[in-house]
Amino acid sequence: MQNTFQLILQGTFETLEMTLISTVLAYLFGLPYGILLKVTGKGEILENKVVHGILATIANIVRPIPFMILLVFLIPFTRLIVGTSLGTEASIVPLTVGSIPMVARMVEQSLNEIPEGIVEAAKSMGASPWEIIVHFLIPEALPSLVSGSLINMITILGYSAMAGYIGGGGLGAIALNYGYYRYKSNILLITIVVLIVIVQIFQESGTKLSKKIKHS
Amino acid sequence: MSKKEPIYILNNVSKIFQDKNSRTVAVDDVSFEINKGEIFGIIGMSGAGKSTLVRTLNRLEEVSEGQVIFDGKELGKLNNKELRSTRKEIAMIFQGFNLLLQKNVLANVVLPLKLAGIPKKEREEKGLEMLKVVGLEEKAKVYPAQLSGGQKQRVAIARALAMNPKVLLCDEATSALDPKMTEEVLKLLQEINETLDLTVIIITHEMSVIEKICDRVAIIDHGKLAEIGDVKEIFSSPKSSAAKHLVLPALTGENPFDMTDKKCYRLVFDGRSATEPVIANLVKETGKYVNILSANTRSVGGVGYGQMIVEFPEDIKDQRVVLEYFNKIGMNPMEVSKAVK
Repeated sequence: MQNTFQLILQGTFETLEMTLISTVLAYLFGLPYGILLKVTGKGEILENKVVHGILATIANIVRPIPFMILLVFLIPFTRLIVGTSLGTEASIVPLTVGSIPMVARMVEQSLNEIPEGIVEAAKSMGASPWEIIVHFLIPEALPSLVSGSLINMITILGYSAMAGYIGGGGLGAIALNYGYYRYKSNILLITIVVLIVIVQIFQESGTKLSKKIKHS
Repeated sequence: MSKKEPIYILNNVSKIFQDKNSRTVAVDDVSFEINKGEIFGIIGMSGAGKSTLVRTLNRLEEVSEGQVIFDGKELGKLNNKELRSTRKEIAMIFQGFNLLLQKNVLANVVLPLKLAGIPKKEREEKGLEMLKVVGLEEKAKVYPAQLSGGQKQRVAIARALAMNPKVLLCDEATSALDPKMTEEVLKLLQEINETLDLTVIIITHEMSVIEKICDRVAIIDHGKLAEIGDVKEIFSSPKSSAAKHLVLPALTGENPFDMTDKKCYRLVFDGRSATEPVIANLVKETGKYVNILSANTRSVGGVGYGQMIVEFPEDIKDQRVVLEYFNKIGMNPMEVSKAVK
């Protein structure tokens, strides 16, 4: 019993570690990516067909690839970066790479919700494109960006469970090793319950946070 | 300050929207001047091109042909940086207010100052001062969602004034407001025009807005300048058919009268003729009567302004008597069944 508890606890920590770090990294790249997607679009403040075309194409190529396949496909790249393709740290690489286009599209969508008039007003005040992004677009989109980031985090949590299948850690690996290979269905059940609880907590806190900072 | 000094000179301005399948001339060879310190109206039906035209005044819209000269500078010749600093002298307010909903009132007002790099303390002082001008000082920490439309527009005006602009462009600024709020905003615009000696340019489709506060007006019709002049003059004797349409609400409003087989005239009350009971005197003096089809008059400083559409008697002789009476008292009625179409 003691062992099972420790096992689940460790798995939970690994899952949270993978999810949180990957989410942060995915936003580090995905946020500017999404903003660039938005502002280089047709009729936008930094309209640029070539840049927009390249960014959109990359996002469109990566996004439809099932995450399981991307995991395997990225093994050499993961080895290059962390030296191994096994373990929690290693799973962060494909998790991040696979999530960047998803994050970018989510960010783009949040920015699309801002009425065009806001940008027009910003321009009429003599704001530069950079100022429009920093002082108008991001603050106005913030509640939507926050709720979007929680949705992405939950998706990344789901992906992280898959990472268990190719040697990653976390609850996914436990579910696979104990629940599937050793028929310990009680452990499988516990991992499911823990995952549900984690998702619930993410969801609730995301909704609350978004509500708190939203003034419209 | 000389009244005739222009702040804007438009020379043959055209704007053509062109794509693969269509070519739309939104603004068609428009030339006029706007003087410093005046309240200038630009009016037209929706789709007449007035919104495009106003956007050429701060180069939110590039002109296809012609020049827009603001305060001696041709906007089309400015580079990006010069354009941005010039835009800080041309404030703009919008039909949809365009306030940042996630920022409180004060943060909205100080935004242009923030862009200008003014330190926090200084800009908040200035912001509060501007809120005082528009009478919303106590709403500084409130978010726009909690304000009425009129209040939102006043916040937008405070934000526009924060940079001490030379011009304030108002793009259908009262069109989303009810009559009471419209009144409130127009009064404020008039006030700031007087106290800050700010040139105000008002774009609208409502003649009532022009009548209330504008000195001069340009009427835009199908992208062209149909008529320009003093508001009073155009209101009492419109020449172009676009102007006639705009000042004759009975014919263009929700309830157009069928005037095809009636003899209808428009009487304008411009302050001179409103002190006497015109219609009653007509009956008393001539024994003839007219039927009032529409009347829209109001009192400004004790004198009446407005207009009336009346139907003349059917008998041709009677019509002549009535017409002579109105001409005698100096009202010079205009026949409207002929005026339109």
